[in-house]
Formats: sequence, C-alpha cells, structure tokens
Amino acid sequence: MYELLASFAQTGGLIYFVLMFAGALAYALWPRNQEKFDAAARLPLEDGGPSDGQ
Amino acid sequence: MTERIGATRRGNNTSILGVGALTGVFLFLALLMATFSKDAGMEYQALTFIVLGGVFLIATAMWAGGLVDRDPFDESEYENTLVKFGVAASMFWGIAGLLVGVIIALQLTWPTIFYFPELGWTNFGRLRPLHTSAVIFAFGGNVLLATSFYVVQRTCRTRLAGGMWPWFVFWGYQIFIVLAATGYLLGITQSKEYAEPEWYVDLWLTLVWVVYLLVFLGTLWKRKEPHIYVANWFYLSFIVTIAMLHIVNNLSIPVSLTGSKSVQVFAGVQDAMTQWWYGHNAVGFFLTTGFLAIMYYFIPKRVNRPVFSYRLSIVHFWSLIFIYIWAGPHHLHYTALPQWAQTLGMTFSIMLWMPSWGGMINGVMTLSGAWDKLRTDPVVRMMVVSLAFYGMSTFEGPLMSVRAVNSLSHYTEWGIGHVHSGALGWVGYISFGALYCLVPWLYKKKGLFSKSLVEWHFWISTIGIIFYMVSMWFAGIMEGLMWRAYNEYGFLEYSFVETVEAKHISYMIRALGGLLYFSGAAIMAYNLIKTALGHGEAEDLETASDPYAQPEPRAALAPAE
Repeated sequence: MYELLASFAQTGGLIYFVLMFAGALAYALWPRNQEKFDAAARLPLEDGGPSDGQ
Repeated sequence: MTERIGATRRGNNTSILGVGALTGVFLFLALLMATFSKDAGMEYQALTFIVLGGVFLIATAMWAGGLVDRDPFDESEYENTLVKFGVAASMFWGIAGLLVGVIIALQLTWPTIFYFPELGWTNFGRLRPLHTSAVIFAFGGNVLLATSFYVVQRTCRTRLAGGMWPWFVFWGYQIFIVLAATGYLLGITQSKEYAEPEWYVDLWLTLVWVVYLLVFLGTLWKRKEPHIYVANWFYLSFIVTIAMLHIVNNLSIPVSLTGSKSVQVFAGVQDAMTQWWYGHNAVGFFLTTGFLAIMYYFIPKRVNRPVFSYRLSIVHFWSLIFIYIWAGPHHLHYTALPQWAQTLGMTFSIMLWMPSWGGMINGVMTLSGAWDKLRTDPVVRMMVVSLAFYGMSTFEGPLMSVRAVNSLSHYTEWGIGHVHSGALGWVGYISFGALYCLVPWLYKKKGLFSKSLVEWHFWISTIGIIFYMVSMWFAGIMEGLMWRAYNEYGFLEYSFVETVEAKHISYMIRALGGLLYFSGAAIMAYNLIKTALGHGEAEDLETASDPYAQPEPRAALAPAE
C-alpha cells in the first residue's frame, strides 16, 4: 500500500507539477499574448476608477 | 432624505453589524476564559482581549451611530483612510521592533545591561521573540496590509470589497500582535520559531486571515480592469500560502480550553520538518512574495516607467511559487531528517537562485530610461538598493544551503547576518520606499517634508546594515572554525565559552549597526509625520485629481526603445 501511494504521489506529483509549470510558461511566452502584457506592464501608471476622495 | 438613509443603511450596515456580532461573540468567549482561566497568563491574555475588543466594538458603534446619512463605503471613492491607519501602524511597530532589536543586541554584548533578575520579562529569551515577531509580523505585516489594500484597489480600479470587514482585518491583526507580544513577555510560548503564539492566538489569527483573504478575493472579483495585475498575484500567493502554513504548523491540542498551554500534534523529526517547512516559507511567502508585490507596483509607479518585462514577471511568479515551497529542509542538515530530504531542500534552494535574480533584474531594469532618478530621488535609490540586497541575500542563501557550507555556517552568527541583510536591506528598504511614496500620495502633498532627511535616513541605515552584516560574517565564520578546531591530541581546541568571548567586539559593532538602522527609521517617522501635517516641502496639491504629480517637472521623457 505504501509503495503504491508513494509512487502515485512521487511520479504523479512530478508529472502534475511539470505540466502545470509548462502551462504557465506557455501562457507567458505565447506570442499572441504580447499585446496584452504590454498593456498590463503599464497598468500601474494609468489612473482610472474611483476617485482618491477629499 | 429618509429614503437615502434607508438605502445606504440597508446596503452597508450588514457588514458593520457582522463585524460587531463576531467581535461580540469573541468578547463573550474571552469573558468565559478570564473567569475560568487555569493559569494567570491566560487570565491576563483574556483581559487584554476584552479591553482591546471592547474598545474596538464601542468605537465602531459610536462611529456607525454618527454616520447619519453618509455612506462610509462610497463605491465612487477608494478606501484611503484604512491605508493611512496601516501606514501609521507600520511606522509604530517598526520603531518598536527595531528598538527591541537594539536592546537585545546590547544584552548579548553586555549580558547584565537592561536585564533585571526581579523582572523576568526583561530576559533575552522573552525579548528575542518579541523583536522577531514585531519586525516581521507587526511591521512587515502592517506594511503588507496597507500596501495590498492600496494596490489591489488601484490595479482593479475599484473600492475594497466588504465594507467594514477590511477594518476588522486591520484591528483584528493589531489585537493579534498585542496578544502575541504580551504573551511572550508573560512567558507564554509554544516554542516554535516565528510561530510562538499559543493555540487561542493562532485561532484568532486564522479567523482574521481568512477574512483578509475574502476581502482580497472579493475586491478582485468586482474589479473593473479585466487583467489581474502581477502584484495582485504576488499578494494573493502571500495570503493563501501564509494561511496554509499557519494552520498546518500550529496543529495542536490545548491541554485545557481555558488554559494557555497546548501540545503539538507532530512529534520528533516530523515536527521539526513541519516547523521549517513553515519557517522557510514564512521567509518565502511573507518576506518575499508580499514585498515583491510592493516592488511590482511602487517601482513602476514611482519612476513612471512600465514593468521592464511583464513576461518575465509571470515566469518569475510561477517559478518562485513552484520552487520556494520545497526549500525548507535545508534548515535541518545533519539532523535526524532523512538525507534524501536534506538533499531535496538543498537542490531546490540552489534552483531558487534563478527566479530570485530574474525578479531582481526585472525590478532594476524597470528604471530603463529613468536612471537619473537613482541620483535625484533618494526614495527610488532606497528601493533599488533594496533589490541589490535582495540579490545579495538570495545568492548567499543558496550558498549557505549547500550541506558542506552549512556544516560551517549553521548555528553561527553567519545565519543571523544573512537574515538581517535580507530583512534590513531588502524587506526594510522596499517597505520604507513604499511608505515614503504612500504618505504624500494619501495626504495629497506635492512631496515629502524633507528630501534631505531621506538622504540622511538612507546613508545612516546603509552604513548600519554594512556594520551589521560584516560583523556577523566575521563572528560567524570565526566561531564556526573555532567549533571545529582540534588540537594534536584530537580534543576540541576551544571551550564553548571561549567562542562566545571571541565574538565580543563583533557584537559591539553589530549593536552599533542596529542603532544606526533604528536611528534612520526614527528620522523616517519624523519626516512622514511632518509630511502628513503638510510642513516644509510637503505643500498641498492644488489639484486633487493628480495625486501622483512629482515635485520636479518631467517634461522631456525619452521614449523607451
């Protein structure tokens, strides 16, 4: 039982994390996202939304 | 008129009533604990809670009663008052925590100074966790609360969610700090590093933290900006991971429901591993990701340049998150922990070097096209030097996590020096930079009360950090070598007390460094108070619509590429 659980956690965990990280990497480097990220990089510089109050 | 009263009251009073009811329930529980307490410490703690919670409840009721027809949670305005409270609390706890640090540094140098045997709470053992918790959780925590509430509103273009609940988070967190701090002085501790508070304080913090998470998520949920800015990802990882770490590491069973003592669920090496999984990720997700969020908002905003590479910021985020969580076992080299786990911790610690430096480069390069600000704006310089310290301590950390290096560095002052170059240099400076930005923005001032006082703060503190680091390197490597020195008969060359004695000069230099750093923070507090009052160069902005206007004109801004 231990062997089974351990191999599931170790191999499964490895595959799961590598795939998740690969997904994050693909999202970050996908060429079509460039425009969106350029806009996002400027997000703190642009004001809008509610006022700052009195 | 009456219709408006009805409308605002119906919409917003639920959160005020909710906060009042929840606080009332806990006041009742505290009353029960005070009445049936098993030990004097518990009685003091319960009474402290009753006083603080009672004051909070009465103040809230009086404030809510005086509102009449004013909507306190007007969606057309940002919640700025709470951020102002957070800034004030950060400054207060920062000064307190650094002062205790100076006191214990002096105690280590001259053991009889500031120690009175008839006053048990002046003992180093009780003051030391007071110092660490005050600077990490009270100062750092309040900086993170204040900046996260500020940043999430601006980048989501919406007011904080939850009406009164963010205020519950803020005051609930202050009550947690006071309970923890007074508990240490009374001798109440579960003796886990950075997790000293006992079970009932842990439960209170869990409640406050879950509300914090919900407020943050609620604000993200109602955002007007489709993209979730990277700083919010960092803040969110900080909030979620701290919740997880806090709950797992504090799994314990109270000896009595009205007593302060509890027993840990884990024992032996499992307990040690859980503790350092917690301890190292407190560094990773409290002192790193939270403050990286500050970096990703305040540096672009202050220098008025976009983030150098937004793609890098995403890769930075995910690689940091995936790697940090595994690094904890490097605190347990050469212990009962299996060697494979030690090697795992070491390997991940070395891998951590890359995302850390990636993030540092992203922050520094954001200054592209505005490098002159390093010379002209001491606040920018402070934030960039914080990144330099971040880079240095995230290089030193992986080095020290290597087992062979660790065999020399572990348990020595080198570790203390490493922690402080990260804490004073990175966490402290990025926080000071954010506070220097926030006060003029929040109080609508053209600039700070005095720019030259920022210069003084910067240079005094930087010299302080260098004294601190260098003296601790010296002391650490020296004592590490002395501990492992053998004579020709195979006996240890030095007795332990000789290695302590050898550090005396280093301890004096360290205390001086700490005193300089404390003095810098005191100058900052004075400068920020004068800024809020509108003295000196901190004139009122004529147009409230442009709170980010810089004092010097920036007409000729060259394009980036």
